[in-house]
Amino acid sequence: MTRPRPRTPESESETRNPTGGGATAMRLIVPLQGVVQGRGGLILGSLIPCALFYFFQLYLKRHRSPKPGSNPTSPSQSSSNLSDLQRSSSRSNLSSRGSIGPVQVSSRASSIAKPNDSPYYIGLDRVSGDPYDRLDNPNGIIQLGLSENRLCFDLIEKWLSENTKDSVMGRDGADLSIGGIAPYQPSDGLMEFKVAMAGFMSQVMGRAVSFDPSQMVLTAGATPALEILCFCLADPGNAFLVPTPYYPGFDRDMRWRTGVELIPVHCRSTDNFIISITALDQAFNQTRKRGIKVRGILISNPSNPVGNLLPRETLYNLLDFAREKNIHIVSDEIFAGSMYGSEEFVSMAEILDMEDIDKNRIHIVYGLSKDLALPGFRVGVIYSFNESVLVAAKKLTRFSSISAPTQRLLISMVSDTRFIQEYIETNKKRIREMHDLFVEGLKQLGIKCAQSCAGLYCWADMSGLISFYSEKGELELWDKLLNIAKINVTPGSACHCIEPGWFRCCFTTLSQEDVVIVIERIRKVAETCKISS
Amino acid sequence: MTRTRLFRSRSSEEKEEEQQQQHYSKHNITTSTGMRVIVPLQGVVQGRGGLFLGSVIPCALFYFFQLYLKRHRSQPNPPPPQPPPENSGGQLAEVSVSVLPRSLSRVHLPPRSPGGPAYVSGRANSIVKGGDSPHDIGLRKALEDPYHQSGNPDGVIQLGLAENKLSLDLVGEWLAKNAIFGEELSIGGIASYQPFDGLMELKVAVAGFMSQVMKKSVFFNPSQIILTAGATPAIEMLSFCLADTGNAFLVPTPYYPCFDRDVKWRTGVEIIPVPCRSADNFSLSITALDRAFNQAKKRGTKVRGIIISNPSNPVGSLLDRETLYSLLDFAREKNIHIVSNELFAGSTHGNEEFVSMAEIIDLEDLDRNRVHIVYGLSKDLSLPGFRVGIIYSFNDNVLAAAKKLTRFSSISALSQRLLVFMLSDSNFIQQLIEINRERLRRMYIKFVAGLKQLEIECIKSHGGFYCWADMRGYIPSYSEKGELELWDKLLNIAKVNVTPGSCCHCIEPGWFRFCFTTLTEKDIPVVMDRIRKITETCKSHS
Repeated sequence: MTRPRPRTPESESETRNPTGGGATAMRLIVPLQGVVQGRGGLILGSLIPCALFYFFQLYLKRHRSPKPGSNPTSPSQSSSNLSDLQRSSSRSNLSSRGSIGPVQVSSRASSIAKPNDSPYYIGLDRVSGDPYDRLDNPNGIIQLGLSENRLCFDLIEKWLSENTKDSVMGRDGADLSIGGIAPYQPSDGLMEFKVAMAGFMSQVMGRAVSFDPSQMVLTAGATPALEILCFCLADPGNAFLVPTPYYPGFDRDMRWRTGVELIPVHCRSTDNFIISITALDQAFNQTRKRGIKVRGILISNPSNPVGNLLPRETLYNLLDFAREKNIHIVSDEIFAGSMYGSEEFVSMAEILDMEDIDKNRIHIVYGLSKDLALPGFRVGVIYSFNESVLVAAKKLTRFSSISAPTQRLLISMVSDTRFIQEYIETNKKRIREMHDLFVEGLKQLGIKCAQSCAGLYCWADMSGLISFYSEKGELELWDKLLNIAKINVTPGSACHCIEPGWFRCCFTTLSQEDVVIVIERIRKVAETCKISS
Repeated sequence: MTRTRLFRSRSSEEKEEEQQQQHYSKHNITTSTGMRVIVPLQGVVQGRGGLFLGSVIPCALFYFFQLYLKRHRSQPNPPPPQPPPENSGGQLAEVSVSVLPRSLSRVHLPPRSPGGPAYVSGRANSIVKGGDSPHDIGLRKALEDPYHQSGNPDGVIQLGLAENKLSLDLVGEWLAKNAIFGEELSIGGIASYQPFDGLMELKVAVAGFMSQVMKKSVFFNPSQIILTAGATPAIEMLSFCLADTGNAFLVPTPYYPCFDRDVKWRTGVEIIPVPCRSADNFSLSITALDRAFNQAKKRGTKVRGIIISNPSNPVGSLLDRETLYSLLDFAREKNIHIVSNELFAGSTHGNEEFVSMAEIIDLEDLDRNRVHIVYGLSKDLSLPGFRVGIIYSFNDNVLAAAKKLTRFSSISALSQRLLVFMLSDSNFIQQLIEINRERLRRMYIKFVAGLKQLEIECIKSHGGFYCWADMRGYIPSYSEKGELELWDKLLNIAKVNVTPGSCCHCIEPGWFRFCFTTLTEKDIPVVMDRIRKITETCKSHS
């Protein structure tokens, strides 16, 4: 009965008179009435609820129970030990507060541990379970989803068989060399290796640029190089702008452990998927309106998955944009040497070399996984002009450094300029041959590819084959290709492409005979699609 | 005066009417209806549900205000770098001065000006700035000016790095003899993408090596192994997987100085030191753990686990079976994890038996999900340059998450193949382990005897490459400052780099870690002479 008697405000103001009804007993019941009615009522009247509310929030924050779902069911790959699995998952249903309940992992770990949901990773997993082999497993799945280059393994193999032992162990016998590989080495890479890498990079880029070894930090692959840059340039809750379609792995590399967001900036087929500054600007402003701080732009040049190059003009515009907004540019140039077109590749480093621009905001990522076809060796490079980033990244390489024997071997391989020159030329020629063959094959099926001149893949437009013009239609086609044609390709949606129907096909793991089989397999699916539509 | 009227809630108004006769003065004010227009929200507040709305509206406004503040808050200032202990020793700052100023001066520029310098993240800034503890400074000095018997006899002798060079000759010989390069490596097996979490062949070989090192008392299941590029990322990965930002681990002190980086830097996880004392030989007490746990809970910090090193680094003692059981009980009671760092398991030199956490788990039918072991080949195989670390966990979720995280820290396939060959040569490995133990024991005995002649006592240790020396008698003042003064003298006058206890978060000043496995037996007298010079001057002072 503490509630006031129902009255409409109007009637109240009419009927109200200063000497209104007087049950004084009500007084006691209303909390804080004296304070509110007394002097300073406005201040206290707002302050007290606020304070109470604040403490309530504080209470909630402290006593919040661990988030539900932080103990997800075990991922599918552990189904081999089913007996364990059932036990642990049945336990996880017990109340988490019980003192002998199951112990919980961190919520970030449980979201990472969840089974893959991106078709990119599902496809990769499927292939590793049933890989195609011409003789042993002719009905297996053909891998077109992994950008790996096997076209020049023969050259590398020959070099390794001639030089490996001497390069790792040294030519002077064991006494000297064990000291160079066994003990602790600088975690950001041996200086000799940095010098050799700088030489290799400028050789790959046609001697247009020279790289300074002291601006280089070496990591165990380009993946940690990206993550380390992300740690160094952005704090949790900040964001990077990324033109789409982009490499599916960026989502893991840039976001997983760093707490940083990626804001896709859509590029369209009508512009041949080249980024426009207007779109960047729009995305920047929208993000800022949402209260998120943009710390940089992440571009890949040559682009992955499209395979086109950023023109010099665009690079200048990007630099202007970054300067205007005071943000960083991370340029992933990991395919710089895997060119097959006639167009010229322009590195961000080249632009900086020529102009007197504020270099502090430019960071280049490179690696030996693509251009030297050695992903198993795990060598990535951060090349930065920012001293703070270099210092921090150097310290962070303690979590991702390259094994010393591998470095020793690569020093001799990469410094062997004659071999490298021959390798680069042969590699380009072979990629071009494969590209032409593959694109021609697709063309005969009526599938066109975006114009491209670099990379280990082509970006194919299969929108004519999808049943609905939507992501769903695209994934249906992907599913058919994977399960009926037994081909693993990467659907555009995994690359955040805004237009459905595009697929990335990597052709550098194939031999020329395989191309015929691949095209045959696609034809089967393409024909059924056409009939049904 | 008008204010009192304005914010009265609806219900209070009714009561006000009741009071009316008693309060005439008030009555006069309330009747002045003209004031009404000026007051915002008055209608709502005075209208029906006044008490309710009168509290909800301020709350809502306050909430949105908070939200606004949160969103528009400028880049939080980089958390003040851990006040590194060296700050107390005045002259120490000089050592690092040459490195710091440039990056520091930049940081002070206004961050908002467009077209100004591009700013790095707050966490990068704190890493750039907070980096130089005496541990780092000493390591750098020893690296820049390393002692060499003939080449640089006045250089700094390195006793600060836990690296074992006693048996490198054996490893070198094996590598030279076994010409596996070129012939047996297939290009497909090393050049192309391999599983990020390590080759299965190496996992099997490492599992075998681990049980060989632990004298066959335990069997390790290769499918529970994750390989990383060193034990450092293994610890970081576990920290990511077991705790969220703002959570904490309990770590008994003194502990390995780099835990601060490995556990905290990128993960946002905290370490709560649990002090152990010299009176207990620095052994761990459950009471202290319990106290630290409760204090953390009171502060609102969630404790997610305990990190122990066994054999301990820097003390070199082993945890006995009983302590391991009580740790497990404690962890079960509090429902937290145990990370057991057993990096030195094969580098024991005493007679005491090493008991792995895995052995206890094997014997008992306990809740295994909470136990995670860190291991590596840097210490027991003396190959830190190869960067091989191991996570051995019983928790499926942790294994699944860590497997995916190894994309950021995987080992070169070439080095993995090489190690598969080496570890599969079990005769060689058995010999290596035995000879290494024997050499380690000899060095330990000689080194400790040398210190004893200088009247420096060490805690009796059974494992590791170091001894934990009590130099409390030689510090000018019984404080961290005194300890660092002695450390500075040892480094700059005696040219011996050791690790002061404060870097290991030891609460008692005057303890130092001496690593002796980078020395040869001939170096020991040189080291002792150098230390003697300092201890003599210290004594004459006091």
